[in-house]
Amino acid sequence: MDEIIRVKNLYKIFGDRPLKAIEALKKGESKNDILKRYKLVIGVQDVSFSIRRGETFVLMGLSGSGKSTLQRLINRLHQPTRGEILINGTDIVKLGQKELREFRRKTFCGMVFQNFAILPHRTVLENVEFGLELQGVEREVRENKARKMIRQVGLEGNENSYPSQLSGGMQQRVGLARSLAVDADILLMDEAFSALDPLIRRQMQDELIELQAKMKKTILFVTHDLDEAFRLGDRIAIMKDGQIVQIGTAEEIIAKPADDYVRAFVEDMDRTAVLTAGTIMQPVRETAFPADGPRTILRKIRRNGLSGILVADANRQLKGYIIADHLADYIRKHSEDKDLTLRKDLISQPTVVTSETPLNEVLKSYKDVQYGPVAVVDGRNRLQGVIVRGAVIAALSEGARTESNTNDADT
Amino acid sequence: MFPFRIPVRDWISKGVDYLVSEYSALFDAFSSLVYFLVDHLKEGMLALPPLALMAIIVLITWKMAGWRVALFALFGLLLTENIGLWDALVETLSLVITAELLVMVVGLPLGIMAARRDRFDAFIRPVLDFMQTMPAFVYLIPAVMFFGLGLVPGVVATFVFALPPLIRLTNLGIRQVPAELIEAADAFGATNSQKLLKVQIPVAMPTIMAGVNQSIMLGLSMVVIAAMIGAGGLGEDVLRGIQRLQVGQGFEAGLVVVILAIILDRITAGFGNKSNQHS
Repeated sequence: MDEIIRVKNLYKIFGDRPLKAIEALKKGESKNDILKRYKLVIGVQDVSFSIRRGETFVLMGLSGSGKSTLQRLINRLHQPTRGEILINGTDIVKLGQKELREFRRKTFCGMVFQNFAILPHRTVLENVEFGLELQGVEREVRENKARKMIRQVGLEGNENSYPSQLSGGMQQRVGLARSLAVDADILLMDEAFSALDPLIRRQMQDELIELQAKMKKTILFVTHDLDEAFRLGDRIAIMKDGQIVQIGTAEEIIAKPADDYVRAFVEDMDRTAVLTAGTIMQPVRETAFPADGPRTILRKIRRNGLSGILVADANRQLKGYIIADHLADYIRKHSEDKDLTLRKDLISQPTVVTSETPLNEVLKSYKDVQYGPVAVVDGRNRLQGVIVRGAVIAALSEGARTESNTNDADT
Repeated sequence: MFPFRIPVRDWISKGVDYLVSEYSALFDAFSSLVYFLVDHLKEGMLALPPLALMAIIVLITWKMAGWRVALFALFGLLLTENIGLWDALVETLSLVITAELLVMVVGLPLGIMAARRDRFDAFIRPVLDFMQTMPAFVYLIPAVMFFGLGLVPGVVATFVFALPPLIRLTNLGIRQVPAELIEAADAFGATNSQKLLKVQIPVAMPTIMAGVNQSIMLGLSMVVIAAMIGAGGLGEDVLRGIQRLQVGQGFEAGLVVVILAIILDRITAGFGNKSNQHS
């Protein structure tokens, strides 16, 4: 995957004569000392990272961590103090006012704001047209595009309403449609769903995921909500004091927090929504083949001290599950039959999940099933591993334990 | 107490004299422009039959402020005609409208400039304080020196008096536009003029309209005073009432000023509400 944004050693210091703060930082002075001594506020310090085309990249941190500042540096709503921001290979820090304007128009889908920032005197349609109108797109063309986007975000019928007539969730759909109507590469979203109540927020997150699957934008999403970050982000950067503490996928961050700060964050989180079946599954010790005789299968089960066994063919295609007790009964009843074959109804359908299934759904499936393991398969129904109850319980206990368990599963 | 007197009055007199003698051509040109505006407006309105003009005013009032105010306007204007003050009302109205047009032409750009540049704001603030607190009568003297007696100095004095609220409220309205809206415009690649025309002015419109409303009200109060330098209109009747101690005549004219004030206030407030109703 090619990268669309690369940020190198970026600094943003607020106040007069900001370079003094960079010197001081290099000497190891703290943020607070610099604020007291030079009256300079450090927004972002020495940040480097890159974003891949088409990914949803989340900047996560508490207020004051510099996440919104960093986002505003990337479209230069804030002027960087030092450093490079390469977008599609252009260093935007060096652009003049006019070039910058052109660059924003063709590269960014504007921005989606926490408090929507839609214009109160314009109708929904006129608001969605805004970005295109600024670019001088003809009325008819922009109106068509705007109507299409309004349909995409589920606002049709409200084209002529004014923002004050809409709920918060609907207003943010207008904000989203306004951005998407521009149809540029990068979508910036600043705490876009934070002002909405939890149910609507959830719904908007789902819809964004859905839209993103169709649109394949590069999204830079800022949030203070870890659940949201983990739900939306392909990768997440956790920020603190103007620096990025850790970058990784949700699972990487959960499984291996970079420091105590991240660990403290991650502890409060609903682990079952982030950990997937893949992280806690264990290798299958032994499977039965469909052609195996009943006695062979029973021996395999007993040898491993199991209560049942998964059946898979030579290509590891999952065929079913056999319960040891049922099999033993069957053999006892037909003990004289030397060429006993496996009766079809002995093979039951096990609970099956994919390695991407979140743990909370694995737990749900546990409620319906009284026996046997949960089988983990890939997209083509090939057996990848099993989840046993003990591993699930271990994963739900605190962070350090999970880490070691995941490692066990890998080996 | 002091062995000397600071000759403030001489400075001002000399300054005004200098302006009058050196720039008389400029003042004359401006004077004829203003006279042309007021006079044509007045003659145009007087050329209509009173009932037709009344109907227009009542219709506008109805549109902007609802039928109750329109009904009030109808009776008020009929009363004015009945007591023989219709021509005076038209004259006053044309004076106020002309002065207000000038106020908008000058005030809006100055207000916008003050909102965008802090240094200009810091400079213009004391000037506006001066304009607003200097007793209105004082403007009459230089106005007469620059423009003679009659309608034009009346318009100019009214203009000076009515200008500050529009500049102040335009400035305030634009400064109060939420920062997120400005950021949004920037993020979508707006030029400065796009930002001004598509975001700042429309969002500030309710406040700007409040400024227009305020300056019309101030203008109306000044128009009466301007009668002292021969601006004519309702003020002239008020003045005559004072000079001859005719209470009834003075109050009649005063009452018509009030009627006109209420109509103009409700119309401009209606404009403000209309631009406000979506925010």
